[in-house]
Formats: sequence, C-alpha cells, structure tokens
Amino acid sequence: MARLIGFLLMVVVASSLGVVASQHQARKLYSAVERETQRARQLEVEWGQLQLEQSTWAAHARVEKLAREKLVMRPPQSGQIVAIEERP
Amino acid sequence: MTKVEKGVTFNRNPLLRSELPVWRPRFVLVCLLLGSLALVGRAAYLQGVHDQFLQAKGESRYARVLQVPATRGKISDRQGDVLAQSSPVKSVWAIPEDAKLDPSQTRQLAALLEMNVNELNQKLASGKDFVFLKRQVSPELADRVAALKLPGIHDQREYRRFYPGGEVMAHVLGFTGMDDKGQEGIELAFESQLAGKPGSRRVVKDRRGNVVEDVQSIRLPQDGREVLLSIDSKIQYLAHAALKQAMAEHKAKAGGVVVLDAKTGEVLAMANAPTYNPNNRGKLTGDQLRNRTLTDTYEPGSTMKPFTAAMALEKGKVTANTVINCAPGRMTIGSATISDAHPHGALSVAQVIQKSSNIGSAKMALAFPPETMWKMLDDLGFGAPLKLGFPGEVGGRLRPAKNWKPIEQATISYGHGISVSLMQMANAYQVFARDGDMVPLSLSRVDTPPVHGSRVFSPQTAREVRQMLEMVVQPGGTAQKANVPGYRVGGKTGTSMKLVGGRYASRYVASFVGIAPISDPRLIVAVMIDEPSNGKRYGGEVAAPIFAQVVGGSLRALGVPPDAPLKPLQVARDGSFVPVREAM
Repeated sequence: MARLIGFLLMVVVASSLGVVASQHQARKLYSAVERETQRARQLEVEWGQLQLEQSTWAAHARVEKLAREKLVMRPPQSGQIVAIEERP
Repeated sequence: MTKVEKGVTFNRNPLLRSELPVWRPRFVLVCLLLGSLALVGRAAYLQGVHDQFLQAKGESRYARVLQVPATRGKISDRQGDVLAQSSPVKSVWAIPEDAKLDPSQTRQLAALLEMNVNELNQKLASGKDFVFLKRQVSPELADRVAALKLPGIHDQREYRRFYPGGEVMAHVLGFTGMDDKGQEGIELAFESQLAGKPGSRRVVKDRRGNVVEDVQSIRLPQDGREVLLSIDSKIQYLAHAALKQAMAEHKAKAGGVVVLDAKTGEVLAMANAPTYNPNNRGKLTGDQLRNRTLTDTYEPGSTMKPFTAAMALEKGKVTANTVINCAPGRMTIGSATISDAHPHGALSVAQVIQKSSNIGSAKMALAFPPETMWKMLDDLGFGAPLKLGFPGEVGGRLRPAKNWKPIEQATISYGHGISVSLMQMANAYQVFARDGDMVPLSLSRVDTPPVHGSRVFSPQTAREVRQMLEMVVQPGGTAQKANVPGYRVGGKTGTSMKLVGGRYASRYVASFVGIAPISDPRLIVAVMIDEPSNGKRYGGEVAAPIFAQVVGGSLRALGVPPDAPLKPLQVARDGSFVPVREAM
C-alpha cells in the first residue's frame, strides 16, 4: 500500500511538472505567433503605403507633366498614327 | 473527590489546582467550534457561491480585453490601381490636469508638433479632462513625442485616408471624416462595404505587458472590403485635364464631363470643375464639393432634339428625309413665340438635327399627344433619380403630361422647360449607342454585362438617329469641332439660357453629348460647361472640343480600332510587319 502511494505520488509530481513545462511551451509558441501576426500587420500597412506611393508617383498628371517637360514628348498628329490590324 | 465533581482539574499539582466551573471550558469549546464553522462556511461561500465574481476579479489582474482594429477597405479603379487607402497615423492627446510641463518641455513639444507655444499652452490650460493636441500625425513623429516621456501626454492610433488621385478623383471618391467614416461620394455610397468592424479578444498579459496567452476571441475583426469602381483612372484623367483646360479658356463658372461605356453601362469617368484636393481640405466651399454631374440639374437645350426625332421616326410619322418647313425661323404657339438661333428654310428631319432647328423640333413634337412624349422621356430615365446609390443624386424636373400646355410641349422638344442632370443625359444617349435599348448604369466594375436592356426604340430608329448625329459633326453641322481623327463620331450640341430668378438671363450652359465610334459605339461622352464667359458660348464651340479631346484619348486608351478613313494596315500573324506611312 505504501509503495503504491509512493508510486502514485511520483506520477502526480511528474505530470504536474509536465503541465508546467507544456504551459510554458504554449506561451512561448503563442508569443511567437503574436510577434508574427504583428509583423504581418505591419507588412500589410507597409504594403498599403507602398501602393499609395506607387499611385502617387504614377499619377497620370505627373506622368504627363514629365513626358511633356522632361522628355519633350507630345501626342501624335493624326497623320503620324499607323493603325495595324492582325490578319486572322 | 467532591471537588472534582464540581470542577475540572487541569493540574495535578495541588498548588495550582483551581476550581473552574464546568460551563467555562464548554463555552470555550463551543466558541472554537462556532469559529471554525464560520470559517468553513465562509470558505464554502467564497469557493462555491461567490466564485464567479472573485475569478473575474482575479482575471482582471492579468487578463485584458484587447481591441483588434479593422482597416477600412481600399477603393480601386477598374484596373486595380489604388484610389483611396487608409494608413495608420497617430493622434497626440493630453490630460491637462496631469500635464505639468516646465517651459523647456513645452517648447520641445511645440517644436515637435509644429505648433505655437502659446497655442499649446492654451490647450493645456483648458479645463477639459481630455484635449487633442494634434490629430493625425505620422507614427514616427508620435514615437518621438512619446520618447520625451512627458507626463499626461499620450497618443492613440487612428487611420487616415489618403487619395493619391488628388483633385482628379475628388468628386468621384468623396472623402471620410476624422473618424474614418464616409461623408461624401463613393466613400459614403459604399460605406457598408468599405467600413471594417473592429474585433476584440481576451488575452493574458505578463508582468511586462506582453501577451502570453490568448484566452478567447470575443469577436473577430472584419476588415472592410475593397471596392472596385467602374472608373478608368486614365479616362478620368483625360476628362479632368480637358475640362480644366476648357474652364480656364472660357472663364466658365463650372463644368462636368461624363464618360460611359455603352456596352456595359459602366461609368468610366465623372469629372467636375471646380474641384479640390481631398488630401488637404482646409478651406472648402460647397461649390467645390458638389458633384455636378449627378447632383445638379440644368436645362439640356438642343441635346434633347434627337429624342424628339427618334420618337417621330419610331411612330412612323416621318422618315429621315421628310421635309419640314422651318421658315421664317419664328413660330407662334398660343401667346408665345419660339425662334431659331439662325433662320432656316425647309429642312429634312436629318437636317433639323444637323442644324439644330427649334422650329423643326417643335413641329415634330406637336404631332404627338403630350402623354406619348412624356412616356418616352420617362422611359429614357428623365424626371427620376438614376439610383446609382450616389449621395445627393437628383432626378430633375419633368412635369406630368396632363399639365402640359402646347408651348411647353414645344419647348420640351428642344430641351427647355425640363431639367436633367448630366449623368441622366449621358444615360439617355444609350438608346442611340446601343441600338435602342438601355442598361442600368453602374459605378462599380461590371464583369458580366447585361445582354439585353429595356427597349425604348427599335434598332432601325436608333441607327437612323445615329447617322443624323454623325452629320452634326460633319460640314454643315453645328459641331465640326467634335471631330476625332481616325474615328467616326456623332453627337448633338446644346446651348441653353439659364433661368435666373424665374427669367431667362443672358447666361448660358453649353453642352455636347456624343457617341463614338459610330460604326460600333463604345463610348458615350457628355460635356457641360456652365456660364462660359470669354466670348464663345455655343455648345459646338465650347463643349464639342472637349468631347473630341476626351474621345480621342479614351478610344486609344481602350484600344478601339479606328473606323474612319485612316486605312488600317493588315499585319500577318507571324509578325512580318513592314511599317508604311499612311498618306494623310
């Protein structure tokens, strides 16, 4: 009887240590997940900002201004346009 | 032993022997028992009955409910280019009572926030519990403020909406308020789609404030959905640029351009002037804010005439070649007299449209009962809002037919005594662009266009009127400046006087509504210029050039092959292309 109690006591101690260890593990993993989620959100925000930046740089008004002033381009006159058509 | 029976002996030592009455030890025993019973009872109460409250209290020491923010959906054009996007910013706020700053700290803070020191002191001296020092600053700046570690100064995360399109898209998109809710335009119209729902979750935090465990998710955050508009940002820019140029050239008060895709009913562009920059709305007036193409009405003038002609053709009263006598350029109906801007003699129906004769149009209209004409105008969508879902849409004015006097019917036939929005006008021209039927307009991208719309005219009638519209831009027509090299286009000019205080004043609205290319219409473009005041005032001079500019650029942008004399080169599939300069 005494030996059984002693054995069970050891089992109980071992399992409670196991609970503590796995709880710790779970928290560690959770904080890792948390960090990654944060990072994902941050990247999303950055992506949004980059999209905004792209839209700003590629705004038609800016493109036209640069094309006209810097590259000295202009719309083609009607005689300069050649229409091509794919022969089926 | 009699003494023993009287009391309890606690000591055998006779010296210490004392005699206690029997009830005293019993009393102590009972007290002890009651005491422990009370403890057990209390313990049972705390553990069994009151446990929920205590657990909640305990949890609150380490458990927190976190708000999970949701972002507002972005708005993109039909190609997916971003037109509006929310980005996180921070607002710096203070609890004035806690914010006891010495002068050097105040100076530092004021410098960072780019504020006047006095202004800052004033805000901090206000008796409020909470005061915003500066809203919507960049996160980097807020971090630098936080690094000063000033007492009573805090920041909070907010979202700010950015509009890379600026003034080009301003009236289409509208804007959001400080609270990231839509207040105007698409932002308001699509609010339910765009708005996100913030979520919340319960977590366990450790001593240092790190989240260590996710207990439960109370509500998942729902980010707002992206809205894909029907707007083509390139065409919108073309329309905006052309309108801006014309506004300056004609010193006009206002103007609008609408571009529709005739195949799908999508709104490709909706430009307005005067405009504003939605990213910097410091000093805005209601005049700048209005999206005139949808929320303002005007008397359309001669752009109505093609509908009158179509009605006459449809009912078989006339053919395109029927001759109508428009001499001498004046006509009296009841007590009123109507006249043509330039007197004409006898004109065919096609010429009535080409030369824009009021008399010809009135004569055609008066051959019909008012109800027939009203029915047609109603079918075309006049007199009722288009129900695009855009805030502030108006339906214009179309009086019930039973109240029409003959003079009224005559003037409505050439667009006076009726008021419409520019979008309604463009919408109605679908009947000519689409072989007689109309599909509902859409502000969001349409991926499966409706094949059949509601029929107003027969395809035969629509094609005949289309030819008349093409004559308008040809020699002898009123809008030769609407010509687009490489494409066959058609349309109708309109010049109407404005009603000022119930009388027609010598202020004008010049307009042009047209379709292109004529062989297989793809675009409907409506242009309206309010009060051109630099000498020119006719639709053909003021509005038609804008039409030409927008149509030319848009058709090329959409890759629509030219259908006019520029003879296309045939290129073999294998790519053996020899460039040949076409003769002009």
